[in-house]
Amino acid sequence: MSKKAAHLKIKELKTDIGVLKDLELSIGRIIEEKWAEPIGPTPFPSITDLREWDFKLLQRYKPLYMPFCDVCCLCTYGKCDLTGNKRGACGIDMTAHQSRFFLLSCCIGAAAHAAHARHLVEHLIEKYGRKFPIDVGGVTVEVEAPITRLVCGIRPKTLGDLEDVLDYVESQITHLLSSTHIGQEGNNIDFESKVFHAGMIDHVGMEIADMAQIAAYDFPKADPEAPLVDIGFGVVDLQKPVIACIGHNVPPAIEIVDYLKTNGLYGKIEVCGLCCTAHDLTRRSPEAKIVGPISWQLRFIRSGVPDVIVIDEQCVRVDSLIEAQKIKTPVIVTSNKICLGLQNRTRDPVDKIVADLVEARVPGVLILDPAKAGEVAVRTAVEVAPKRKKFKVIPDIAEIIERAKKCASIGECNDCRRACPNDLPIPEAMIEAATGSLNKLADLYEECVGCARCESACRAGMTIHSFIIKAAEKKLKEEKFKIRAGRGAVQDLEIREVGAPIVLGEIPGVVAFVGCANYPHGGKEVAEMCSEFAKRRYIVVASGCAAMSIAMYKNEEGKTPYEMYPGDFAAGGLLNVGSCVSNPHISGAAVKIASIFARRNLRANYEEIADYILNRVGAVGVAWGAMSQKATSIASGFWRLGIPVIVGPHGSKYRRMLLGRKDHEDDWYVYDARTGDRVYVGPAPEHLFYTAETKEEAMVMIAKLCIRPSDTTKGRAIKLTNYTDLHKRLYGTMPDDIHLFVRTAADIPIIMKDEITKILKEKKWKEGRVPDPTLLLRLIRKRKE
Amino acid sequence: MSAEPWQRAEISGPKKALVFAKPQVVATKVKMAKRPILVVGHEAVNTNLGEEKVIDYIISVAKAAEIPVVATAHIFGEFVKRGFQPASWMSVMDIANRLQDPEWKGLDGMGQYDLALFIGIPYYMEWTILSSLKHFSSDLTTISLGRFYQPNATCSFSNLSLKYWIECVKVIISELGEK
Repeated sequence: MSKKAAHLKIKELKTDIGVLKDLELSIGRIIEEKWAEPIGPTPFPSITDLREWDFKLLQRYKPLYMPFCDVCCLCTYGKCDLTGNKRGACGIDMTAHQSRFFLLSCCIGAAAHAAHARHLVEHLIEKYGRKFPIDVGGVTVEVEAPITRLVCGIRPKTLGDLEDVLDYVESQITHLLSSTHIGQEGNNIDFESKVFHAGMIDHVGMEIADMAQIAAYDFPKADPEAPLVDIGFGVVDLQKPVIACIGHNVPPAIEIVDYLKTNGLYGKIEVCGLCCTAHDLTRRSPEAKIVGPISWQLRFIRSGVPDVIVIDEQCVRVDSLIEAQKIKTPVIVTSNKICLGLQNRTRDPVDKIVADLVEARVPGVLILDPAKAGEVAVRTAVEVAPKRKKFKVIPDIAEIIERAKKCASIGECNDCRRACPNDLPIPEAMIEAATGSLNKLADLYEECVGCARCESACRAGMTIHSFIIKAAEKKLKEEKFKIRAGRGAVQDLEIREVGAPIVLGEIPGVVAFVGCANYPHGGKEVAEMCSEFAKRRYIVVASGCAAMSIAMYKNEEGKTPYEMYPGDFAAGGLLNVGSCVSNPHISGAAVKIASIFARRNLRANYEEIADYILNRVGAVGVAWGAMSQKATSIASGFWRLGIPVIVGPHGSKYRRMLLGRKDHEDDWYVYDARTGDRVYVGPAPEHLFYTAETKEEAMVMIAKLCIRPSDTTKGRAIKLTNYTDLHKRLYGTMPDDIHLFVRTAADIPIIMKDEITKILKEKKWKEGRVPDPTLLLRLIRKRKE
Repeated sequence: MSAEPWQRAEISGPKKALVFAKPQVVATKVKMAKRPILVVGHEAVNTNLGEEKVIDYIISVAKAAEIPVVATAHIFGEFVKRGFQPASWMSVMDIANRLQDPEWKGLDGMGQYDLALFIGIPYYMEWTILSSLKHFSSDLTTISLGRFYQPNATCSFSNLSLKYWIECVKVIISELGEK
């Protein structure tokens, strides 16, 4: 996109009608678009422009609400009791209230990413200039911004162009948020449509953020062979001063590395990170270390390893400053989103700030200039490290046993267990610890999400999380793994090669493991699921905390999944696209299949592309530990594109699912674009948002949700082979709905022909046909009279 | 009788489950129901009770009550291994969705259910499912058979010790007429 700002300045102008002095006229920007692709029907869509598409989806995938609360307490009319179909004082009912709450969650998530993107873009423009070119993959990536092209209808070429897109994103979030005010939207399905809009907008905002940082920081550019980097608690070199960066917005961490390099200190100070900042730091500096996802924050701080903690934004434990003070580690906060009550020292001299931190005159500082934060962090770490000597607050074994005896003497109050999200048997472990054995405490480590609610609940003040960390110390120190650094986008060439086999069904699906680390039974389940589908020749992609969890398990040969599977977007590949804001590379890959492989017009043509993906691209998202608001908006962006998302059991607390009904035959008809006939295609995909109770259930559902109406018979047979095989292995029986997915006899997998044919006879199955599927009347090429 | 949720923050209200004063009431409610159904989650297989597991007791309840069982998650095969054929496998999301559809004809095509019993689903997940049913299936009575208080059920046990809970289940089986 090329733009020019029209700016007219006249010092003095004499005309027949008078004299003008010091006239300044600014006309904003004129967009000079030289893109040959015709613009589609919905450039920069408003919150209602895609409503009809949303309603089509929501007609099939109806919301199931699971309220967290019987009342609404959003205004002072209330609290209003909404049980038993009652309406609140404003007239809202429980369904609309639940949808409104979900929309609020999505707005929070989208705002977090959009604000992050704005931060990044402004910082990078200041550093590199508005005309800095956007390059996310050189000649391998011509469709550089699939989501932005699809939604906005423009091609951003420079960092400056990204600001215009963010203007749109921010305006939409404001409109969406306003609709949650009292006396605004009152219909639950309209709220759900707005949820989809928030998700779509979120993917635009995330795409902008990642494009900006890939281009400006020279991250791997669509590189299947992005370097393998270190991850795990045990990879951090304790002999060096350690700076730990926590959060999602990477400029301060990058400034730390740049300062180290400039001042000859690189390699002498250990720089590591937690959460997505760590992902993005290693995309820039592969020598940096990733400690782990959010659940590692507390254990890492308490271990005393970090000599300085640098906080940016999102998913940071907000008690980090309190925890850091316990280990005498200074904190530098660098975002206006997280100030933690600290004094703003942005304009103070570096020497003065460093001195205050080193002498512990202040527990931390707020520095809103990333470069200054970087210098302060390094110089402080150098001086603080010899003083701290890795001071930690993890008790020794003798102390744990003594304290456990006190706990045992109180009696089994169960307060810790009842506060634990995973209902872990902490009391039993404490009782055993009182006898001198820490084995049961160590066993809890794997499933502990690191929230420390157990400690907050304990009336005896036991630091239970620290006990668990000490008990599992050996395991913790042995956490040394490899993860492939975030590669960014999928290449256009890769899309050309896999587009046909994905759409035809011969690659059985694309499975994306995304989201947070609030797992019901530890991250191992994600690694298991990932390996299962990579082995089955699905394309497996990952991002964020899930991408980290996948790395933290090894096979019998000592290899992590990233060492076992190639990083290509190809059958059997495992890709780490990067941090949270890299998720649009996943949705973007689906969009690019429609655009590059199927040659559908992409530009501002959202509805048609989403219809294509829903009916043809067998992609599924899995957010096994989803817990944040950002996870809701990310998922919502996938739904509007017709990509289903499965969450783990804690995901039920999102309070709303989008479920299809396979027993409602009428819901599963599409138009055959060739003839206009309405054709039954079976429940494919069956759900749009679904909570699975166990990983086994999730795996079977992943295979099933990859089925699409357009699968060729060969492709469908491959997908049914995977679905049936997993079902038989994990459930111990044949699926009871296999007949709904067999359209013609040629769909039946040969190796299961007898079994399936028998079922088809019992179910009185009738042969159907494979249409050219669409939900959009306007795409029918030849209508029947 | 009042009770508090097992996971302390999972507070509900103003509409909260009644607490069973004694296990015989469960049997009475099942006997009085015209169309009962029993939904069993995967924790029924994970929870050991001496040599047996929760699923073994649940099979006894189902046989005694002659009640159709929906096995959720991946545990269908565990029932079959024990010589018991559940009426269906269905995810807990799907069964919750269907139980609030007045037009649903049930697993046997005979119509919607009037009583649903739940056990073996992770506490917080059962909590949300029961909330859904509390709000959107007004004609359905829900019973939580687990040993922890589920405030969104129509009726639930209070938080019980494992030992006492086993005794309660045995009473229920006995009252229903062990087969």
